[in-house]
Amino acid sequence: MLDWRSTAHLCMALVALLAAGLVLPGWANFLLVIALSKGLAALGLVVLLRSGLLSFGQGLFYCAGGYGAGLLMLWGGISDAALLVGGGGLFALLIGVATGPLVAGYRKIFFATLTLALSMLVHGALTKADFLGGTDGLNLRAPTFFGWRAGSAGENVYALYAFASILAVALAGLCRAHFGSVRGLLSLGVRDNEIRIEYLGTSVRRVVFENFVIAAFLAGIGGAINALALSHIDPELAFWTTSGEFVFVAILAGQASVVAVFAASVLLEVVRSWSSQYFPNAWQLTLGVFMLAVILFLPNGVGALLRRRSRPSVEADAK
Amino acid sequence: MPEARMLLKSAFAALSLFTFASPVLAENQSFKLGIVTFMSGPGAESFGVPAWEAAQMLSAALNEGGQLPAPYDKAGFGGMTIELSVIDENGGTTKQVQELRNGYERDGLDAVIGYISSSNCLAAAPVAEELKKLLILYDCGTPRIFEDGSYRYVFRTTAHATMDNVALARYLAKRKIKFDDIASINPDYAYGRDNWKDFQQSAAALNPNAKSKLELWPKLGAGQYGTEISALLQANPQVIHTSLWGGDLQAFVLQAAPRNLFKNRHVVITAADHVFQPLGNRMPNNVIFGARGSNGLFAETSPTNDWLVAAYEKKHPGGFPAQSYYRMTQSILGLKLAVEKAMALNGGKKPTAEQIADALTGLEWDAPSGRIKMALGNGHQAIQSNAIGVTKWDPASKRMQVVDVERFDAECVNPPANIKAEEWIAQGFPGAKCN
Repeated sequence: MLDWRSTAHLCMALVALLAAGLVLPGWANFLLVIALSKGLAALGLVVLLRSGLLSFGQGLFYCAGGYGAGLLMLWGGISDAALLVGGGGLFALLIGVATGPLVAGYRKIFFATLTLALSMLVHGALTKADFLGGTDGLNLRAPTFFGWRAGSAGENVYALYAFASILAVALAGLCRAHFGSVRGLLSLGVRDNEIRIEYLGTSVRRVVFENFVIAAFLAGIGGAINALALSHIDPELAFWTTSGEFVFVAILAGQASVVAVFAASVLLEVVRSWSSQYFPNAWQLTLGVFMLAVILFLPNGVGALLRRRSRPSVEADAK
Repeated sequence: MPEARMLLKSAFAALSLFTFASPVLAENQSFKLGIVTFMSGPGAESFGVPAWEAAQMLSAALNEGGQLPAPYDKAGFGGMTIELSVIDENGGTTKQVQELRNGYERDGLDAVIGYISSSNCLAAAPVAEELKKLLILYDCGTPRIFEDGSYRYVFRTTAHATMDNVALARYLAKRKIKFDDIASINPDYAYGRDNWKDFQQSAAALNPNAKSKLELWPKLGAGQYGTEISALLQANPQVIHTSLWGGDLQAFVLQAAPRNLFKNRHVVITAADHVFQPLGNRMPNNVIFGARGSNGLFAETSPTNDWLVAAYEKKHPGGFPAQSYYRMTQSILGLKLAVEKAMALNGGKKPTAEQIADALTGLEWDAPSGRIKMALGNGHQAIQSNAIGVTKWDPASKRMQVVDVERFDAECVNPPANIKAEEWIAQGFPGAKCN
């Protein structure tokens, strides 16, 4: 479990996030909500990456979370954000449990393509499902927060932001605890040498399965928050470009820290928004140049950069 | 612990990034108009870029003042200079909602005209409503927006896609073209499905013997239609319906024409005028098509239409503006009249979003494509006239001509208020007023 210091840090981080939201304008809060929800999906990827697996189908669970929450609202008549997001996360987790045994036996490119195939399968099915709005998707209503309904647009966005912040910090803390636990450390072993892990008496398949389900749950929570923030769900949530974006955030973040994942997600959203404001004709090009620059100059991600700054001596010794 | 410090650092970094772009105070002398349209991706060439060009050309002419015929001769919007900006519609609904919020809250846009994709329209509408900002949808097809929801700040100043297919079916009936056996090739997404459903049901309502012989659903952006063309030739229907558009439609025409798909049968295309210029004389004759309204080649002579065509020819000699140009133009002109009407009621001061919304509700105006009436969805959804005709290449002028044109009044091909388009077609067009 987390020690008291880490818990204190998490609480501080949460207070800082909540306070920042009060100062920032509505559009920035909204941008951060999206960044946090995508960050959660990318955090799931980092969980998998620790065991040396790269999923190109994280969008499947993002979509499952979004549709789970959305349909719970539209068909189930539930409007409470906590129930909707919890339901979305749970739905994604169930799909993770159902598909996990299939993918847990695969590694490397086969794992990546199989997860990609699964998510594109769901994308294809959703585009043909007329009762779910097909490619146009469905519109949702504004959620309530424990019985409270926001009176204005600003309040609604801040409430969502605060809600997303609490979830992100809590789940980041849990991931941190997981990374330091025996099972979490075994994941690193899986990446390095599967046979040795098997000789330790653990099932590698099981470790991969568990990580896959954790990743599914995180993406589901993220997708549900995204759906509530957008008030709209459509099959694009499961499209490969969505999954690709999570992969990029995970690469941008590196595996050095949990916080870096969210920092990277915010950075990507800010760069995208900025490039689309100033270069409406070439925003994809700007994003591409940014991605290239990150891969060329920061191969270990933002996390590594911030780590290096805080511990320059280690780096100096290494050189 | 480095993580906490890192978080603080990134929080500060984020804060400083946000503050430099603080919301700009709207000046009284300008009206900030955001245009959202495809600047990249498959929708750009056919619809997005022409629409943006139309917006630029029109706002430049309006800002100069006195260029357009009355009642559009006042400078800008009631004397306020139009400040245009553009957002690329590509990138998915999440990005679009984010950019729309940025546009309203960060850049202080007074109104936004935009959206070609129906999913973007559906996602954007609640955002404008939540922020109490003016949003005008100008192109997307789905009738669901004002049939499933009701909005105060959201409008669509062009007709939805229902009339495109109702008019096609009515054309076949009116011209006594046999359409007992119908085959279809439509893109496999909501727009294609809606189009086919509307056409199939309209055809059934007008001709009890009409039956679907073959339905083909190529992927959006497929580009290769060899198999589909073989299947269509083998089925040998009397009529082939398609709502393929843009590069897909061009590819389909180029691949189908040499195989004589356009001979001995009627191919009907819901919207085709936007591919005439890229295809030139490779577009076959005798194709029945529409232009999503009395747009482009179907537009009747009027002072505003003459101005638009002349202004376009000045920029593109030998060309003619297609549907996207018309749809953007009629949207901006409608907004202009609404702003000026609201301004007059507001004592000549810049009107609020509420005042403009009230002025635009139920408004009617003359656009290059004819009379636009905000008749549906409690005065938020426009209806307009439609026309269907047949292609005929004119080798002398090297231009595509349209012949055998049938015109349909807005009330003939659009549902009346308070009935969903789908039900209206299924019930056999109750309350339709045709001349």
